[in-house]
Amino acid sequence: MKRLGVFVCHCGLNIAGTVNVKEVTDAAGKIPDVVVAADHRYLCSEPGQALIKDSIKQQRLDAIVVAACSPAMHEATFRNIARAAGLNRYQSEIANIREQCSWVHENIEKATEKAHVIIRQSIEKVKLNELLDPITVPVTRKALVIGGGIAGIRAALDIANSGHQVYLVEKTGSIGGRMAQLSETFPTLDCSICILGPLMVEAYRNPNIKILRLSEVEEVKGFVGNFKVKVRQAPVYVDETKCNSCAECVKVCPAEVPNEFDSGLTWRKAIYIPFAQAVPPAYVLDAKSCLGLLPQACGECKKACDKLGMSCINLDAHPETHELEVGAIISATGYEMYDAARLTEYGYGIYPDVMTSLEFERMLSASGPTSGVIRRPSDGRIPKEVVFIQCAGQREPETALAYCSKICCMYTARHAMLFHHKVPDGQAYVFYMDIRAGGKGYEEFVKRAQEEGRVLYLRGRVAKVHQENDKLVVKGVDTLSEKTVQIQADIVVLAVGMVPSQGSRELANRLKASVDENGFFAEAHPKLRPLESATAGIFLAGAGQAPKDIPETVAQASGAASKALNLLSSPTLEREPTVARIVNEFCSGCGICVPACPFEALSMNRERKIAEVAEALCEGCGTCVASCPSGALSLRNLTDTQIMAMVRAGRS
Amino acid sequence: MQSYLYFPGCSLRTVARDFEDSALASAHALGLELKEMQGWLCCGAVYPNVADNVMTNAGPNRILSRARGESDTLVTLCAGCHNVLKRASLQAKRNTIKQEQINEFNEERYQGGLSVLHFLEILRDRVGFGAIREAVKAPLRGLPVGAYYGCLLLRPFDEMKLDDPHRPSVLEDLLLSIGCMPVDYPSRTDCCGSFLGVGAPDAMALLSRNVVETARSHGARLLAVSCPLCKYNLEASQKQDPATSSGSQPLPVVYFTQLLGLALGVSPEDLRLSDAQLRTIRGSIKNAVESMSQP
Repeated sequence: MKRLGVFVCHCGLNIAGTVNVKEVTDAAGKIPDVVVAADHRYLCSEPGQALIKDSIKQQRLDAIVVAACSPAMHEATFRNIARAAGLNRYQSEIANIREQCSWVHENIEKATEKAHVIIRQSIEKVKLNELLDPITVPVTRKALVIGGGIAGIRAALDIANSGHQVYLVEKTGSIGGRMAQLSETFPTLDCSICILGPLMVEAYRNPNIKILRLSEVEEVKGFVGNFKVKVRQAPVYVDETKCNSCAECVKVCPAEVPNEFDSGLTWRKAIYIPFAQAVPPAYVLDAKSCLGLLPQACGECKKACDKLGMSCINLDAHPETHELEVGAIISATGYEMYDAARLTEYGYGIYPDVMTSLEFERMLSASGPTSGVIRRPSDGRIPKEVVFIQCAGQREPETALAYCSKICCMYTARHAMLFHHKVPDGQAYVFYMDIRAGGKGYEEFVKRAQEEGRVLYLRGRVAKVHQENDKLVVKGVDTLSEKTVQIQADIVVLAVGMVPSQGSRELANRLKASVDENGFFAEAHPKLRPLESATAGIFLAGAGQAPKDIPETVAQASGAASKALNLLSSPTLEREPTVARIVNEFCSGCGICVPACPFEALSMNRERKIAEVAEALCEGCGTCVASCPSGALSLRNLTDTQIMAMVRAGRS
Repeated sequence: MQSYLYFPGCSLRTVARDFEDSALASAHALGLELKEMQGWLCCGAVYPNVADNVMTNAGPNRILSRARGESDTLVTLCAGCHNVLKRASLQAKRNTIKQEQINEFNEERYQGGLSVLHFLEILRDRVGFGAIREAVKAPLRGLPVGAYYGCLLLRPFDEMKLDDPHRPSVLEDLLLSIGCMPVDYPSRTDCCGSFLGVGAPDAMALLSRNVVETARSHGARLLAVSCPLCKYNLEASQKQDPATSSGSQPLPVVYFTQLLGLALGVSPEDLRLSDAQLRTIRGSIKNAVESMSQP
């Protein structure tokens, strides 16, 4: 017989407000084998922990039950106390009487009775718990970073600089992401590519970083510390180690398509360099717009390249699958702009001079379609009146996005200010709901735009934009003067919101990470674990987790990198030993459990014709146990015998 | 002949006979029967749409329950009645407590199951504009019409779901199918002033006149509407102050069903088109055809 101790926590009034703790403790003390039953206001506090530790030692307890909050909160705390007092870690069980009892009930009498039942069940379970030791598994001390924007680059550099190898997987032909498209950054007006470029080059030159461009994660297997990832790389037709960016191939390419990097405001060839500072600095052949690769229809680019004796182009290149082994994964998948054409009141896609903020951004950029001169898309004239509409399609739960994208107040102030710099006799108007300028130097920046830039801020929304001759008529309301406003504008800029990148939901599925209601990666805890997903070993950085600006993205990326480094810092990792076990004598070798396991932990031993459990891979989910027709499989410390004992305890 | 249960409403039996007659005749020409429902009463006009609307929804719910007894679809013409009845039918689904109160007060119970459709939805989704194009006998070739939607047909759009609230096209698509050349003008979804015509006629006139003048400046020679109140306001605003109408002839306002009927070969008398309206229509078609035939 085990000598048991039961400890009941008040959790302030969290538990004691609904459950009569004294009554529950007294009742527990009368259960056979229970040697000690005690309560405390906060068992997780130092005096509370000391109470448990002293009781274990003085009463020579064999096992304890702690009736408190969810095991997700403090299971580890109390197991550590048990171990410190000389017990096996797995002789400590939590009876969750907070989340599963006091928080969800109002009736004190019934809640008290239920708490008692939960404690009785936990006692039955702990009585039959085996002594277990954590399983030690080796850690693959390498990391995978998904997404080559500023978040991915920063995280990869931090990990690589600590001496670990990093694979940086990028979907497009170059790393750099959205930040590479921006002209200047708020609130200091640094040139975006000038501060990003050196980091891109550093990542390219760092021997610990392997950049996989044109690549996407196809499959993720394994578990924290030991992931096995398949990355599919689209055919790389231009060898980046040979290409010297001479541009001879571009000159002869006959196929032209809208240039994504310039938000479709310019054209590019089917063979192209994503942008001047692209890393890797090599041309990309876009198979979709190429006149034909299979069968080969044109091949002019290759002929031009071969004529120079370079032979960088291989039109017969095949897609490649890279099988990577890593210990930690950082998802830094970034964002896209909300589709402005869905906001029919503003006429985007109908009137050429209505543009998105990213299109305006490209126009401001010295490397953009107009070399930094602001021109109307319709006729190329320099605009004099520009209307900026903030919150376009945002904070509108009924029709568009419910959330605020956080960056638009700031970039709109910057756009208006830069417009003033470039067209000093022009006038910028900003329609806004509120100015959200929380951040170091942000409020001051908006003030500067309003004062130095003579930007006219109108607090209200725009009802309608329509074309009248060669002007856009913007009808809105200024709620401060309580008047409707009508502005004859040359350009209208929509500050559309950020949405998760295409494919991030599918990627989340592959990573077994979850997404929130808007499709952004979900963090494990909104306040205390903002850098991790709920799946161990998967970390989050950048706007793929929630809209955020560059400083915040960089901070999160370094944070996620340090979390990953934590994991990679030790050659081994401890895993829970509460995994599946097989009784060989009972196994009929039917193999039903093998495909049932979602983690590929079960396999057939061909020689012995029975199933085997790879403990390092087992997550302890119990699917195989339920599937086994002969009862050969069980979960350690959650056996059928234990479950039946708990069920009986619940009924008595 | 396909038959639909149909709710006329008060205006259509008084000031808007032209709307009902032209709609019934057009429907007939398309092989549809609009069968008047038994025991209909006033929809309640704007009152059922206020927030505290248990009492004011008694009327619409009586209509819904009676119609449900006859069919699972109810077709409306007047945009105002349509708005009220559609929203009452949605409220019945959504707010069961309110609905229980209404049903307890009414001695007849409405418990859902009726879909309230505007005649435009029947034309678009059941008949199809392609079929209408084929049924046209006298296309209104090149007639520059300004389709006017107003508020009630489209808003609130998460409930009405008839068309895009900002850039609707159902009226234009219909007009195109009968040969017209619909005019795109920005005020086609603006408010006409509604019942402000009673208490603040100047405010109404300002709004309605803006609709008329914008349509005219974008080339419209007449306006097509689906609401008797819009029609009244658009006409009244032009009568009130002819000086502001830049001295030009008033812009005739007709129901879309009158143009549809004309194209389907119904006689102008059966459509209750006035001589002045008819003159504008025929003159504009003639001008349009002439300008098209010029090199």
